[in-house]
Amino acid sequence: MSVLIITEHDHHDTLIVAATQLGGVIHIFMANNECRVENLAALIAAQATAYSHLLLPATAFGKNLAPRIAALLDVALLSDVIRIVSPDTFVRPIYAGNAEATVQSMDPIKVITVRPSAFERTTSTTSAPSITSSTTTAITFSSPPDLGLSTLVRREPTPRSNRPDLSTAKIVVAGGRGLASADHYHQLLEPLADQLNAALGATRAAVDAGFVSNAFQVGQTGQIVAPDLYIAIGISGAIQHLAGMKDSKTIVAINQDPEAPIFDIADYGLVADLFQAVPELTASISLTTHSITHKSK
Amino acid sequence: MKILVAVKRVLDANVRVRVKTDQSNVDLSGARMSMNPFDEIALEEAVRLKEKGVASEVLVVSCGTTACQETLRTALALGADRALLIETQADLQPLAVAKLLKAVADREQPALMLLGKQAIDDDHHQVGQMLAALLGRGQATCASKLEIEAGCAIVTREIDEGTETLSLSLPTVVTADLRLNEPRYATLPNLMKAKKKPLVVFTPADLDVDVTPRLKTLQVAEPPKRQTGIKVAHVAELIEKLREAKVLA
Ligand SMILES: Cc1cc2nc3c(=O)[nH]c(=O)nc-3n(C[C@H](O)[C@H](O)[C@H](O)COP(=O)(O)OP(=O)(O)OC[C@H]3O[C@@H](n4cnc5c(N)ncnc54)[C@H](O)[C@@H]3O)c2cc1C
Ligand SMILES: Nc1ncnc2c1ncn2[C@@H]1O[C@H](COP(=O)(O)O)[C@@H](O)[C@H]1O
Repeated sequence: MSVLIITEHDHHDTLIVAATQLGGVIHIFMANNECRVENLAALIAAQATAYSHLLLPATAFGKNLAPRIAALLDVALLSDVIRIVSPDTFVRPIYAGNAEATVQSMDPIKVITVRPSAFERTTSTTSAPSITSSTTTAITFSSPPDLGLSTLVRREPTPRSNRPDLSTAKIVVAGGRGLASADHYHQLLEPLADQLNAALGATRAAVDAGFVSNAFQVGQTGQIVAPDLYIAIGISGAIQHLAGMKDSKTIVAINQDPEAPIFDIADYGLVADLFQAVPELTASISLTTHSITHKSK
Repeated sequence: MKILVAVKRVLDANVRVRVKTDQSNVDLSGARMSMNPFDEIALEEAVRLKEKGVASEVLVVSCGTTACQETLRTALALGADRALLIETQADLQPLAVAKLLKAVADREQPALMLLGKQAIDDDHHQVGQMLAALLGRGQATCASKLEIEAGCAIVTREIDEGTETLSLSLPTVVTADLRLNEPRYATLPNLMKAKKKPLVVFTPADLDVDVTPRLKTLQVAEPPKRQTGIKVAHVAELIEKLREAKVLA
């Protein structure tokens, strides 16, 4: 077994956890984020025959690149893998996580994108392996020639806040259409998130209504998260939203509609008007101790 | 300029997913099927480009069983000019679909290929990128804005950190994200008219494409169920419970 991890700037640890489950030699290649996907795919495909497995994160980066590499190698891609059963058999969610398929690959090289949140659990319990550990070698390839198929015009990153990153935060405070306006979203959720050192998240309805940018969307078509605590505020709980957060360790829901489907998966449901409950919650938390414990998973 | 749009027939997004008791697959018997929502958006974008005079023809392609004809008729009612069904009973996987679409692209020479970013049944998120690779062309996935300028597609795409804008020389492959546009509905008169538009059927063999699956599905199971939670009466009780559970200190 020899595994090549291809990643950008994050999720190294979770990818190494997954690679370790496959066993064997692990090489890790850090892609330069200025490199165009077409050039990168050609470069990786040319090196790939030396490996049994190629592992990428199921992030925007990996989802863009991995299928291109797989097609160049004429092999299938297993996307969004949440469990490794054996070196050729994997579990992946389908139908927005409403079912889980166990699939076996018949191809000589297994190209896989790994859902980082599914392997984080393991990271916190095992002594986290790292790039510097003896089994893992960082490698470089000479930079690829430009195929000239696409050029970058500009990047508009969402302004960085000093809040934790949505994909890795221990606590996520997420808001939906129930917040009614961008002002309310920020006025109500930011103080709570600050108290809890939490990341902010949102539903697609909230993003569409312009409360926050799409980088905050949680769900089937946004980010998949699994924090220790997910607080859903003014969120109905559509399956496409649940797909992105239902593996959170503890789920709290605040919604005025007792029939809202979010209550079906919430550990603690509070039927209340969020405009009253959220400021009250923020105040109660700030009155008492600030420290939050994270139970090991 | 000719545009090829790939549309998949999938379980309707609002239908509850049931797993078969023998865990062989999801139970689709009698369930309502629809055009994949991202493909509706891809198609809408193509139709708008035609309405603006940028495109001259919109060809829709679907791969699957005879039932996909219904999806293609809907696409024709939404403004596509011609439809092509690649008919097969096979379990089509992304690489096979990409090869079928490549074979069609080789014959039809579209300048732009528009697909959905992912099919909401298998959630693969692969076919557009694979098609671009097989054609040796550029790709822009998760598009939220698309313009055609001087032989190039200018595409704004959604990435985890925000957005980026690319310029791609035509022909190229673009996959649609939800924010690209708001698709229209098919009207009854247009559904009637669509019956007269051309719909041609091929098989994978006609296109000389091997669609043998590379992945074997061993089991399809329900995800683990969460334990039923409780309702709390007020904020104070919520905080108390979170402390008891050691979620909050
Ligand atoms: C192909 C596809 C992909 C999708 N992908 C995603 C995705 O990735 N992520 C996602 O989130 N959605 C996604 N959606 C959309 C999804 O189906 C839902 O429309 C969306 O999640 C609803 O967002 P919401 O809960 O904020 O809004 P709503 O469903 O409108 O819910 C608002 C909730 O707020 C409550 N509320 C209102 N006022 C108050 C108040 N004062 N106090 C307390 N509660 C209040 C209401 O009772 C209601 O339950 C997708 C849809 C499709 C078709
Ligand atoms: N059987 C199919 N027929 C036509 N187009 C398809 C088919 N499967 C996938 N596609 C296209 O490829 C996109 C991505 O699908 P996927 O990679 O399977 O998630 C879809 O949104 C469609 O545009």
